[in-house]
Amino acid sequence: MQQAATIPPPAPPIVARRHAGSLSDAVFALSCGAAGVLVLVLLGAVIVSLFLGGWPALSAFGAGFLSSTEWDPVQDVYGAGVSIYGTLVTALLALALAVPVAFGVAFFLTEVAPAWLRRPVGTAIELLAAVPSIIYGMWGFFVIVPVMASTIQPAVIGTLGELPMIGALFAGPPFGTGILTAALILAIMVLPFIAAVMRDVFEAVPAIYKESAYGLGATTWEVVRGVVLPYTRVSVVGGIMLGLGRALGETMAVTFVIGNANRITPTLFGPGNTIASLVALEFPESQMGSLKLSALLALGFLLFIISFAVLAISRWLLRPRAAGR
Amino acid sequence: MDRRSFLAAASAVALAPAAGRAQSAQITGAGATFPAPLYAKWGEAAQRAIGVQLNYQAIGSGGGQNQIRNRTVDFGASDAPLTAEQLQQSNLLQFPTVMGSVVPIVNIPGVEPDQLKLTGALLADIYAGKVTKWNDPRLAENNPGVGLPNLAIAPAYRADGSGTTFVFTSYLSAAAPEWKQKVGAATSVRWPVGAGARGNDGVAGTVRNTRGAIGYVEYAYAHTNRLTTAQLRNKAGNFVKPTMASFQAAAGNADWSVPDFAASLIDTPGAESWPIMSPTFILLPTNPQDVARSASVMRFFDWAYREGKQLAAELEYVALPDQVAEAIRKAWAESVKGPNGQPGWPAR
Repeated sequence: MQQAATIPPPAPPIVARRHAGSLSDAVFALSCGAAGVLVLVLLGAVIVSLFLGGWPALSAFGAGFLSSTEWDPVQDVYGAGVSIYGTLVTALLALALAVPVAFGVAFFLTEVAPAWLRRPVGTAIELLAAVPSIIYGMWGFFVIVPVMASTIQPAVIGTLGELPMIGALFAGPPFGTGILTAALILAIMVLPFIAAVMRDVFEAVPAIYKESAYGLGATTWEVVRGVVLPYTRVSVVGGIMLGLGRALGETMAVTFVIGNANRITPTLFGPGNTIASLVALEFPESQMGSLKLSALLALGFLLFIISFAVLAISRWLLRPRAAGR
Repeated sequence: MDRRSFLAAASAVALAPAAGRAQSAQITGAGATFPAPLYAKWGEAAQRAIGVQLNYQAIGSGGGQNQIRNRTVDFGASDAPLTAEQLQQSNLLQFPTVMGSVVPIVNIPGVEPDQLKLTGALLADIYAGKVTKWNDPRLAENNPGVGLPNLAIAPAYRADGSGTTFVFTSYLSAAAPEWKQKVGAATSVRWPVGAGARGNDGVAGTVRNTRGAIGYVEYAYAHTNRLTTAQLRNKAGNFVKPTMASFQAAAGNADWSVPDFAASLIDTPGAESWPIMSPTFILLPTNPQDVARSASVMRFFDWAYREGKQLAAELEYVALPDQVAEAIRKAWAESVKGPNGQPGWPAR
């Protein structure tokens, strides 16, 4: 956002070696172009090899592969239903938990916090994004899961779990692991991404709009609701999609805390599975040429498609807009 | 060769004079994680004793099978035996190295280690979701005098594909026909109830965290971490504790005269036998490209059968009976032949 405002540096003076310059220019252009094409080729190769590897499973189970909730290595019957469900539910729950907090963080950093506090808090949020996911997984398993199992889940099962209708969401034995725990860890992991994007776009709102609103007597909340959010709405959604993309593909941290069961349970405390964690767990014990390996590759292909779609949408929403409004 | 094996070779050359040995052979293997700690110990000791240096990668039984089929390693290791056709197809010889046992672990308030008594049928019904409370009459009937609370049973299992799961579900299949029919035995199965965790440590952690949980781990892991194990009823109808004595009893009662050494140690007869045990296997090409490396593999395991029993016992594995090791040496001599038909064993 800031680059747009800086003045481009003056072009270097052109000296005599015109011939040599044009050659090195051509080499430079070619090598840069090759690097760019290489990325596209790699991406295409990954998609193609995942699709070809997954084809035996996709053709064996047909469209039912997407919806089937069977995952039975003994009978060699595989379906992606449970892991697609787990992937979407944990990612959406994580967003539901993370977005309000991320909004609060971004709002605090741009409108409320004193100037000297903005940098330390902003840096701390960015550092959260740098923690390796295995650390989140171990922290989740050794710290969060015991707390969930011994305190939070028994308490919730005893109170909310007794209610009609929503009680089903909070039933079952208190393992500590499960869909909700996984969503909680994921929320902490995607929070910095969403907060960073929100802060940047909030800062990009032209000061004159905000000052005008303040001049009319608006409160801080009214300025955010009436000026900042409408102005940045599309970019904020783009940032949320970026977080969603990260949540969909997260593997290690989720594997530790989701409970790893290939069943769909109505309760949030119940164990589940995501595409990424199922692939990580089953891959080492899959034999070459087996239908199971093919099913895992097909799952990888599906995850690729889902993540690609989400990221493409977020890029499109976050595209730099030609003129303000 | 990659950098690691180059460094290993360089250090072996550097260390060889100190060890008083002129030659040092390198062998590579990959596969099962369950025997990996023992193979590491054997590798250290064998390098000093016979100059064979083992580089073993614990990537899982399935990975080990894949790697030996591609011949990217000198031997593969697998917890689950291969079928005769699979061995034939890939030109592999299968032989066991050691035996290990799987034990149930529980977390029930007020229940001491080895106090709870379980049967195979009960375990299967617990993992099938049919017995759901610790004060179930069927549990109480087997455990007079044990104060079993009114607490939900939370079954935990290995979420990653593993030989431990294969052994445990083989036992459940043998103990309960309904389990065999509905779920079956494999490195990962469709568990009807419960939650999964990664690795022995994951299952142990889940059981420790959850009141009323039950899980299964390898005995070596339960022993070193002092987990609350339970007794099981064996084929003879006696309740036995998971101890080295009951493992030895089961090993002694196994029938090894089966093809490819694929002996089942599940629910072996005998008054003292522990019912959930399994050998772990090595897969060796019968048509090695490099006979010298293949011979080094056989020298390594020959040494391990003779001198490695103490190390195995220290790590809570059960060594093979001597007559089985002798039969394995015979199989080596008969099966492993080089490209020109020269025998790989006895090694020269």
